[in-house]
Amino acid sequence: MKPYLRDFVPQNLEDIPEATAYEAGYLVTKNAGWRNVRPVIDNTKCVGCLQCYLYCPDGVIFQDDNKVDVDYNFCKGCGICQKICKVGAIRMEAEK
Amino acid sequence: MSKHFLSGNDAFAYGIRLARPKVISAYPITPQTIVVERLSEMVEDKSLDSQFIHVESEHSAMSCAMGASSVGARTFTATSSQGLLYMAECLTYASGGRFPIVMMNANRSTALPWNIYGDQRDSLSLLDSGWIQAYAENAQEALDLALLSYYVAEHKEVQTPFMANLDGFVLTHTYEVVDVPTQEQADEFLPPYETDNKMDLQNPRNLAFSAGPATNTAFKYKEHNGLLNAKKIISEAETRFNEIFGRQYTGLIEKYKSDDADYIIITLGSISGLVKQTVDELREQGEKVGLVRIRYMRPFPNEEISQAVQNAKAAAVLEKDISFGNEGTVYTNVNSALKKFGVEVPVSNYIGGLGGRNISEVEIKTIFSSLKTNPSGVNFLGIGVNDSE
Amino acid sequence: MTVSKPVTAKTISKDEFFYGHKACAGCGGSLAVRIALKVLGKNTVAVLPAGCMSAVGFNFPQLCFSNNAIISTFAGTASMLTGVEAGLRAQGITDFNAVGFAGDGGTADIGLQALSGAIDRNDDIIYICYDNEAYMNTGIQKSSLTPFGARTTTTPAGQNIHGNIRPKKNMFEIVAAHGIPYAATASIGYINDFMQKVQKASEIRGTKYIHVIAPCPTGWGIDTSETVEIAKEVVDTGLWYLAEYENGEFKLNHRPKEFASVEHYLTRQSRFRHLTDEDIEIIKTSRDKKWEYINKNFG
Repeated sequence: MKPYLRDFVPQNLEDIPEATAYEAGYLVTKNAGWRNVRPVIDNTKCVGCLQCYLYCPDGVIFQDDNKVDVDYNFCKGCGICQKICKVGAIRMEAEK
Repeated sequence: MSKHFLSGNDAFAYGIRLARPKVISAYPITPQTIVVERLSEMVEDKSLDSQFIHVESEHSAMSCAMGASSVGARTFTATSSQGLLYMAECLTYASGGRFPIVMMNANRSTALPWNIYGDQRDSLSLLDSGWIQAYAENAQEALDLALLSYYVAEHKEVQTPFMANLDGFVLTHTYEVVDVPTQEQADEFLPPYETDNKMDLQNPRNLAFSAGPATNTAFKYKEHNGLLNAKKIISEAETRFNEIFGRQYTGLIEKYKSDDADYIIITLGSISGLVKQTVDELREQGEKVGLVRIRYMRPFPNEEISQAVQNAKAAAVLEKDISFGNEGTVYTNVNSALKKFGVEVPVSNYIGGLGGRNISEVEIKTIFSSLKTNPSGVNFLGIGVNDSE
Repeated sequence: MTVSKPVTAKTISKDEFFYGHKACAGCGGSLAVRIALKVLGKNTVAVLPAGCMSAVGFNFPQLCFSNNAIISTFAGTASMLTGVEAGLRAQGITDFNAVGFAGDGGTADIGLQALSGAIDRNDDIIYICYDNEAYMNTGIQKSSLTPFGARTTTTPAGQNIHGNIRPKKNMFEIVAAHGIPYAATASIGYINDFMQKVQKASEIRGTKYIHVIAPCPTGWGIDTSETVEIAKEVVDTGLWYLAEYENGEFKLNHRPKEFASVEHYLTRQSRFRHLTDEDIEIIKTSRDKKWEYINKNFG
């Protein structure tokens, strides 16, 4: 469970709720465009310690079969994961 | 129904008990204190099943009420004067969030100079905060408003907080015989609060969010419509109220012998009692005078007031308020209403009762007689040569 | 009270409750909020006042909390939490956490009165102060938790005044002085310690307060990748400490073998780069005095 991207963007009068109350975890935009660099995980080096997952401010690193992967839709490229990784399994690559 | 000898504050507290709020948060301020003292006693003696929260300020009183309302609990708070101003930030928050909180406000002068007595500058200065504003005339109406307020505020087409105003001391502390309905009657009138505008563990929601320029106007338009819808729902509520309790209220205004009147005083709150008495006396002397009592300042009775005074020769707005640098706020609102409906009756403004100053019968008679000769301008009662004391 | 097994990276909920938000890259505050919500789980109602986390998480229709969450007034975090808790309890709902996340200004300045009121009533809420040491959302202005010497946009560093002239307000002990059931200090640089304190708070009835240092790369003048590192370093230098207050007693949780370099900690942040040797001496002396007090009074 986590907030996820939706297709429908309420904008018109009839789609806007009566009160300032709406479905929780409703996302309509990504954060990918914020990034200059992206973390790339080398799963052959990863030991599954989950420190990158734990320390990610955006929660974009997720567990996948004892390894980890990145949700690039929402990664901002801060580089905390790369610094926290003790085995050097994460490198930052420039976005093209 | 049983008869009790109650002050306005007591009566309101009895009404609130009948409405069964789940959470009450309040901070003491004269002359509101008795209503929250009574409610805390009712919680203690278990005649009211409610969480009574001893908050440390009025800002927290309203913030706490919003928290409780945001999870779907019926809530109540009460304040006055400086306290109302101190929570002002939370007033627009509650209306924007469409939290149907009910608050009793004991109308009191605002500093400076310090003064604990009644006038209506506190609530009238917050007319634009998005709340329904009702003004009671007597203790019976106060009790009844406590029940009516939740019906209106919580209605799906309204979803707007409700401020019930009682004149400080004159109404809050004056004892009258009041009919107190039974709990069964109250329950029949007022069902438990149901809403979608809440945080729900089964259906999580994000509340009280930001809305940027693209959607902000839409939210504000809906808020405006909610307040306008209150007009219809007040009428519906009063019809239903009469069916159950046998008392019929008259919507946004009350007309007293005004239908054929040449000269009309337009006012609000407890002073209406004395104006009615004066109207009766003058009528006995053959004077065609009348009263229009504004019961609701928001939504504002534009059409009702215009219709009520359209055949008069002149009218005066008597109010315990002044918008400095302009005129009485009620006067401004009334003039705007008449203009909109093309009513060209001359209207003058009388500012009276500030800081609890007595408004006498002689002064009311003077207002009526002035309407015959020179109905104009903004006049302050009690500081000029016509001081009746 | 049941004491659960301490939560770890392996056992913490895989759900994400704070996601897709618009916080700056490397934001310490968003990490604190994210981790706390993962510990507390889905039956959590979060209250966030005006401030960074509400500004980045609640822009309709981009709503970034998958649990119930609401923005409160700036001063009203604790009082709204009180209402949420009372409102749910009054409806017979008991299986939930009511948690507040307020910044340093929202806690130690404008929200202090409401927080004090809630602790005084012993309302069953968790209040988490994510301390990034200035009003970051409005553009890095001084709060009462801005440390001595820090340059902010309202405490400029010039010839006459070297940034902020006052030390941090001691929120932890102010809160403890209320006789609160549980209070703790933490740092996102020691995330396991923070997670376990949140977990502990959720298992104690009454008011709980956790003060977590959450660096702001933008306001502190560090690289976005350095947030966690510097949050660890501030503890290692002894300028912050990890402690708890429970049952009327203070307890130190972590004692650095020897303090890491204060100079290194300060000079790597642009907010402190103007400090003279004399200023740095004042900071060290004040730290040593604090530790004398800790050694004397904390178990």
